[in-house]
Parts: sequence; structure tokens; C-alpha cells
Amino acid sequence: MASFELICPAGTLAALRAAVDAGADSVYVGFRDETNARNFPGLNFSRKELAQGVAYAHARGKQVFVAINTYPTAGNAGAWHRAVDDAADNGADAVILADLGLLDYAARSRPKLRLHLSVQASAANPEAIGLYRDAFGVRRVVLPRVLTINDIAKLTSEIDIDTEVFVFGGMCPMAEGRCSLSSYATGRSPNRNGVCSPASHVRYETRGSKLVSRLGAFTINTFDEEEPAGYPTLCKGRFTTHDKASYLFEEPTSLNALHLLPDLKAAGVKALKIEGRQRGKAYIAEVVSACRLALDRFDRGLPYDATVLDRVTEGGKDTAGAYGRAWR
Amino acid sequence: MTMKKAELTLGPVLFNWAPEVWRDFYFRIADEAPIETVVLGEVVCSKRTPFFAEQIPSVVERLQAAGKQVVLASPILATTERERDGVRELVSSAGDFLIEANDMGCVAQLGGRPHWIGPFVNVYNEATLAWLARRGAVSVSLAGELTEPALSALAAQATLLGCELEVQVFGRLPLAISVRCYHARAHGLHKDNCRYICNEDPDGLTVDTLDGEEFLSVNGLQTLSHTYVGLTHEIATLQGMGIRRLRLSPHTCDMVAVAALFRSLADGVLGAAEARAKVLEMVAPAKLSNGFFHDREGVIDTAAL
Repeated sequence: MASFELICPAGTLAALRAAVDAGADSVYVGFRDETNARNFPGLNFSRKELAQGVAYAHARGKQVFVAINTYPTAGNAGAWHRAVDDAADNGADAVILADLGLLDYAARSRPKLRLHLSVQASAANPEAIGLYRDAFGVRRVVLPRVLTINDIAKLTSEIDIDTEVFVFGGMCPMAEGRCSLSSYATGRSPNRNGVCSPASHVRYETRGSKLVSRLGAFTINTFDEEEPAGYPTLCKGRFTTHDKASYLFEEPTSLNALHLLPDLKAAGVKALKIEGRQRGKAYIAEVVSACRLALDRFDRGLPYDATVLDRVTEGGKDTAGAYGRAWR
Repeated sequence: MTMKKAELTLGPVLFNWAPEVWRDFYFRIADEAPIETVVLGEVVCSKRTPFFAEQIPSVVERLQAAGKQVVLASPILATTERERDGVRELVSSAGDFLIEANDMGCVAQLGGRPHWIGPFVNVYNEATLAWLARRGAVSVSLAGELTEPALSALAAQATLLGCELEVQVFGRLPLAISVRCYHARAHGLHKDNCRYICNEDPDGLTVDTLDGEEFLSVNGLQTLSHTYVGLTHEIATLQGMGIRRLRLSPHTCDMVAVAALFRSLADGVLGAAEARAKVLEMVAPAKLSNGFFHDREGVIDTAAL
């Protein structure tokens, strides 16, 4: 039996097909609106596309999960309820939710629908996870990226639902679902709008020989001519404390935990997740294939190349993030 | 609808103050501040907890003797064994004290008994509020990101549920929490050997942009706004919605004066414009903000536009 289920992102039907073809066990998607945490222009699925994607995946023995993982707006939860209903009616194998009220709605109105707890719920201890299981029948928790491998091992030994962790892709240095940095600068947040540091609020300015990246009214970074200019995600910007400029919160890095497969297995992790629903199908195909190859070799007890994804990581740099204690 | 009298709640001190300063701060609040409820506890970093633990009994006694309600806050993040033990201990030993839960693990342990929900539990809509109220939440302190229409819809639901709502009207706004310590990082230290360096910045460490513009404020694992939320012109609207509890978040400025000012404002004795001018003076050189309430960037101060 395979050690891990491989969960892959798709922002388009083409990316979903690419992920399935490249060896995904499950693909996660979102609807084309504010009900999911990758609410980007030109991305995500219509109801019809979801049905097509589910048909494609199911025909090949694979699954599709629908992320409905933003927090419904007070006075206007209709879009989120429709998302749950339409995911179920179009054959989704699970929905990935974060909001208590929406979990309550899904558990009551769609008792047969499999519920996963989104990383955006930031359930970081067995007591919290147990509550989601008992109250709503949640079957799997996507763990927040605030836990070390040792924390995860201890946690999985104390809970009786599946755990899923991020293995590759963009990462937040902050506890997910508990961050308002983006909306402080732009008025648009992951929790309410499904966006972080949105492109609509990004500007690049030239100042002499420097390129300045701005988010809303704030400078997030400046680059010399030779320096590659990164996207101004707020928590990966350069700021000044005590007159010293630094990447105070996090360097512009990606998570890459492929080298930790033995530890993640020993820790009892059930599923590995790749971040990146905003990525194109070529990227998805490359990353999913590489992960698939590594997992297959790992399952057969063969050495695998954990550096295979180094060249696609953000800024060319990667990190095991919070999985190692030194990150703190 | 008859308007109930507004009540002031003093949120927990978020910063790493010297234990005697912390104690004396609360003694003065007990003796002089027109505040109904004081929420006590170290919510940001469990490494700081032992410093305050020994001061808590005398602080609680002084506050209660002055007629203040004391509520005990749970930490924002509890991931380690020690932190989880801390939450269990808080829940089992609270006795008659109400607990303000700041994570879902604490919420899980409070089911069926009256409790408060703190601003670090995500309550964005009526269904979530109702679910929490059914499990025993009697008061919910809302996150600073909520807009006026959302607050209004939540307030209508809260009235039906018989649950009180609270909104932070003063103080730097918590924006994020991490397991990484940014104070230690700013000093080139690791969290495990942090030397409790966050004690150097009793209102947070200023984070500037590369343009030298003040932007954020770091408090160990927590990141806050550099601006101070100052909902002066919005208080009448909040009261009109039926939101009765107003939260003040402690800073090193004269919090007795801040409390007196918001008391007068809520009672209609002091005008919003005058109150704003006074608050601005107290937090200077920092600025005020109210953007989230007005569905704008949180950093914005609509009164200064």
C-alpha cells in the first residue's frame, strides 16, 4: 500500500487533467468566486467544469475535493451554501471547509458529504481537531504550518481522523486563517475575500536604478538592477527594524519537505498536499510528476531525489519551514 | 429598542511588561479606571507565562475588590504539550471565573458551560455565532477585520441569541500570530534562546518599510498594526446596533485616561471629534485607524482623509 495519498492543486480543468495524468491521487479545486482561498481572476471552476473534472478523475480512479475555505460574509452566506450544495451535487468526493457555521450547514444539510478541515481553520491541537470531528463528523484535518514533525507525530497519535500536511509550494510564516496583514494594507484578506496581497493592489515603480514593489500604499521591497524582483507578498517583504533592513517575517522561499518523507510517514501523516491552485498546467505536471516519482521510489524502499524540485521553487530557495524547530 | 448602557472591557496586556509594572498597571486600573471587565492572562507567548503567574492572585483580588469582573484568557496558539497542559489547567481550575477562549482547543473544553469567545477565534457570520452561543458562549469579542455591515448583521443575530458582542475600540490591532518569534529574529536570536528581548518594546517593535514609513508592530510571535485603532466616531453606530461591550487594548499610555475618555464618549458626555483629538494626542507619534470598520484598508483613518 502507498505510504501517502498525494493531493494536488488545480485552478483549471486543464490543470486538473494534468495533475491526474501526472499521478495525483486526489485533486483539489475551488469555484470561481470568493468562496475559496485562491479567488484570482481567470482561475477556478464553474459548476459545469467541476462536473467534467470529477468525471475525468473518477474514470481514472482518482478523487476531487472542493475547497470552500473562506469565511462566509455576515448577512450574505448564500454563495457559500450554494458552493457546498453544488460540490455535493456535482460529485465531489469531499469539501474542504474552515468556517464553523458552514461546517454546521454542510453536516446538517448534506450528511453524506465527506468533510475535511481546511488549513485555514488553523486547528493546531488534538482538542480542537476532536471538536470538529465530534461536532461535524470531519474526517480529515489539513494541519496548519505551525507544527514541527515531533508535534505532528504526537498529534496524530492522539486523534483518530486522517491528517494531511503540505509538502511543497508556497508557505505562510503566519498561522493560516488568523492573519489580517493583507487586508490591513489592501482591504482584501484571505479569510473574507480569498486573496492575499492581491495583484489588483500591486504596483512596480522605478526609482533611479532601483525597482520598487508596492502593495497598496506600502513599499514591500526594492531591488537592484541585477536582483530578480519577486512578487510583493506582504510577509515576504523586506522591512526595517532598528535601522536594519531584513526579510523580517520570511524570505521569499517555498516549502519543500520532500526530504522528510520518512519522518512524515513515521509521524503518521496520511496525505501530502501540494500548494498552488494559481499555477499553470505545465508547472502542475512537473511538480506532480516529480512528487509521484519520489513517493513511488520511497514506497519501494529506493533512494529518491529530494532536490528534484529545487529549480521550480520560489526565488530558487526552499525551506522545510516550521517542520524543523530551527525555523522558529 | 432600549439601549443598554455600554460597558468597557480591558483586554489582556499583549506585551511583555516587567512583572511589577504589569501588577501595578492592574492595581491602578482597579483603583481608578471606569472599566467593568478586565480580561487577564498571557495570550501571546507561553514562555512569558511564568513571569505573570505569581502576580495574578494579588491582581485578581484587587480588581474584584474594586467591583470589576475578571475573565481569564486562554492563549492564541497552543501547540506544545506544555501549552496544551496550560489550557487544560486553566479550564479545570477556573472555578467561578469565566474563561475567554482564544483558540478552538479551548472552545472544545468549555462546551456546556458559560464562557467568552476572544477575538482570536474566527467569528465572521451569524451561523458561527449561533453555533458558539448554543455551546455556551455568552459574549463574543469580534476580530478587528469586520466591517460595519458585518457587525450589524452579527449584532442582530446576537440579540436573538441573547449573546453579547464586543468590538475593540482602542489599541494596536492584532493582525497575525506565528510560532516564529520576530522579536528574536530582529535581534538575530533564536526563539529557544530569545533572552525575552520582547521586553524592550512595551508597545511593540516598530517595523518600517524600506521608505522609512511606520507600518507594523512586532510583539514576539504576534504582529500588530502600527496604528492604534481609534473608533471614536463609530461608537454611536456600534451602540445603535446593540453592541454594548467596547474593548480597550492596554498600552503604556495613560489607560485610566483612555478609559475615562471612552466612558464619557459612550455616555454621550464627550463629543466624538473632541475624543478623537485627545486619543490622537495620547498615542502620538503613532496614528489612528478605523479602516476595517468602513470596509477599507485597515490602516486608513477615514477621519483624517
